[in-house]
Amino acid sequence: MTSLPANRPERRLGLVIDLDTCVGCQACVVNCKEWNTGGYPAPLSDLDPYAAEPSGAWLNRVHTFEAGDGAAGRTVHFPRSCLHCENAACVTVCPTGASYKRAEDGIVLVDETMCMGCGLCAWACPYGAREMDVLGGVMKKCTLCIDRIYNEHLPEEEREPACVATCPARARHFGDLADPESGVVKLVAQRGGMDLMPERGYKPTNKYLPPRPRRDRTGTTGAPAALENAAPDGGFLGWLDRALSR
Amino acid sequence: MHPASSVILFTTSAGVGYGLLFLLGLAVPTGLIPAERWLGLAAMGLALGAISLGLLASTFHLGHPERAWRALSQWRSSWLSREGVVAVITYVPAGIFAIGWVVFETADDAWAVAGLLAALGALVTVVCTAMIYASLETIRQWHNRWVVPVYLAFALMTGALWLSAVLHLFGPGTLWSDLLASASVLLAWGLKLVYWRAVDGDTGISTPESATGLAAFGTVRLLDPPHTQENYLLREMGFRIARKHADKLRRIALAVGFAATLIFSALAVLTSGWPAASAAVLAALSGSLGTALERWLFFAEAKHSVMLYYGDRAA
Repeated sequence: MTSLPANRPERRLGLVIDLDTCVGCQACVVNCKEWNTGGYPAPLSDLDPYAAEPSGAWLNRVHTFEAGDGAAGRTVHFPRSCLHCENAACVTVCPTGASYKRAEDGIVLVDETMCMGCGLCAWACPYGAREMDVLGGVMKKCTLCIDRIYNEHLPEEEREPACVATCPARARHFGDLADPESGVVKLVAQRGGMDLMPERGYKPTNKYLPPRPRRDRTGTTGAPAALENAAPDGGFLGWLDRALSR
Repeated sequence: MHPASSVILFTTSAGVGYGLLFLLGLAVPTGLIPAERWLGLAAMGLALGAISLGLLASTFHLGHPERAWRALSQWRSSWLSREGVVAVITYVPAGIFAIGWVVFETADDAWAVAGLLAALGALVTVVCTAMIYASLETIRQWHNRWVVPVYLAFALMTGALWLSAVLHLFGPGTLWSDLLASASVLLAWGLKLVYWRAVDGDTGISTPESATGLAAFGTVRLLDPPHTQENYLLREMGFRIARKHADKLRRIALAVGFAATLIFSALAVLTSGWPAASAAVLAALSGSLGTALERWLFFAEAKHSVMLYYGDRAA
C-alpha cells in the first residue's frame, strides 16, 4: 500500500551523519555495496564492471563540496543516501504498491517482487536516493540494512547498518530519532542537527550535523607565535648567520 | 530529464487518441457528425488505435512490463495508477459507443450515454497523465499550474486536427470541425507560450546551500563528484540542453507545430474537395509532429533537484 502510515510511526529509525568528522574515505559506500549485493534479496547489479565505463546501482554516495572561501571556507565530505522521509513522495507516487513506508519503524522499502521498474519514485525523490538496478529491472534504495538491524543471527553489537559499522571516523550514527533518550536525538540536539532541503517539507528522518566552528585562537595553546632569534649579534652562531646570509 | 522516446510516443499518441475520442463522444450523440459505418470505423479505429499504441508504448521502458497490471492497484495515492485505471475503464464506454456507431449505425439513447461517458473518460485520462508530471515537486518545470491546461489543449488540438482530416477523407468536411482545428492550434500554442514564460521566470526554491545545509559557510561548490562514470541519476535526471539550443528548438516546434499547422488548417477551411482534404491531413501530421517536439522539450528542459548535488545552482 503506497499510502503513508496514518499515524506518525512511534519509532523512527534513521541515521545521523556528522559532516564535521566525515573524512570522505568511501568506506561506507563500499561496505553498503558489499552488504547489499550479497544480502537480501537480490544482487545490487553493475553494468560492465570491468570495462572502460562501468556503471551500477549504489545506495550510498559520498560527494565532496567546498563551502565558502578562504580561511572561513570548508571542504566538506557529504554522504548521501535515503533519508527515510516522513512525507515520502517516492512512496505515494508508486503505482504498483511496491514502495512502502513501514508503520512500525518508519523505514522506506521497495518490494522487489512487485516493482515494475517504471522509475517514477526516483523522479519523485528530491535527494536522488533511489537508483534503478538495470539488470534486475527494479528500483533499489537504502533499506537501513533491515537484514542486519533485526538479524538475530548477528551478535547484538553488529546489528547496525553496514555503513555505520564500517565508518572509521565514527561519522555515522544509527538509532531511533523518535526516542528522546536515544543517543542520536541527544547528538542532534547538542550539535544542531539539520534537515536537507527543509524548504521542501519532506521531513527527512536522517539528520546531518554541521561542521563545528573553527578554533582559530591558536595563541591559547601556549605555543610562541614565532621562534626567537638564537644569536642576534655575536658569537659563533651570529657569525655563521652572517656568513650564510651573504 | 531524459526524453525517453517511449514516453514521448505514449503522451503524444494517447493525446491524439483521447482528444479525438473526446470530440467524437460529444459530436456523434449530438448529431454534429452522422453515425455512418465507414466514417465510424475510420474515426473510432484511429482514436482507439492511437490510444492503444500510446498505452502500449508506455510499457516499453519498464524494467518488468509483465507486472504493469499491478499499476492499477494504487489509485488512492498515485496519479500514474489513476491514469491506468481511468484509461482501462474508458475502453468500456468507448467500445460500446464504437459498436453502436459502426455495427448499428446509431448514437441515440444508451449509445449516446456511452459516447458521452467515453468523452468524459478521455478528458479525465489526459488530466491524470498531466498530473503524473505536475504532481512531482522535484521538477519545477513540471510542478507548474500550466502543465495540466497545456496537456489538455494539445490533446484537444491533435484530436481536432485528426477529426478534421478524417471528416474530409471519409465524408464531407464540415466547417465547424475545420474552424475548431484552427482555433485549437491557437489555444494550445498560446498556452504553451504562457507556460514557457512561467518556467523561464521561475528560479526554484532550493540551492546547493539548502541541499547540503552548508549555507552558513558561504557558497557551496561541488569539488569532487561521488563517482567517475555516469550513473542512473545522471542518465535519467542529468539530461539537459544548452539554453541556446532550447531557444532554437522552441522556434522549430513553433514553426512546425504552430505556423505550418495553422496555415494548413486555414487552407482546409478556405478550400474544398481534395485540396481541403490534403491540407487537413498535412495539418494533422504537422500538428502531431510539433506536439512530439513540444513533448521532447517538456522533458529535455526539465531539471531535477537532485542535480543540486552535482553542480546545479538552483532547482
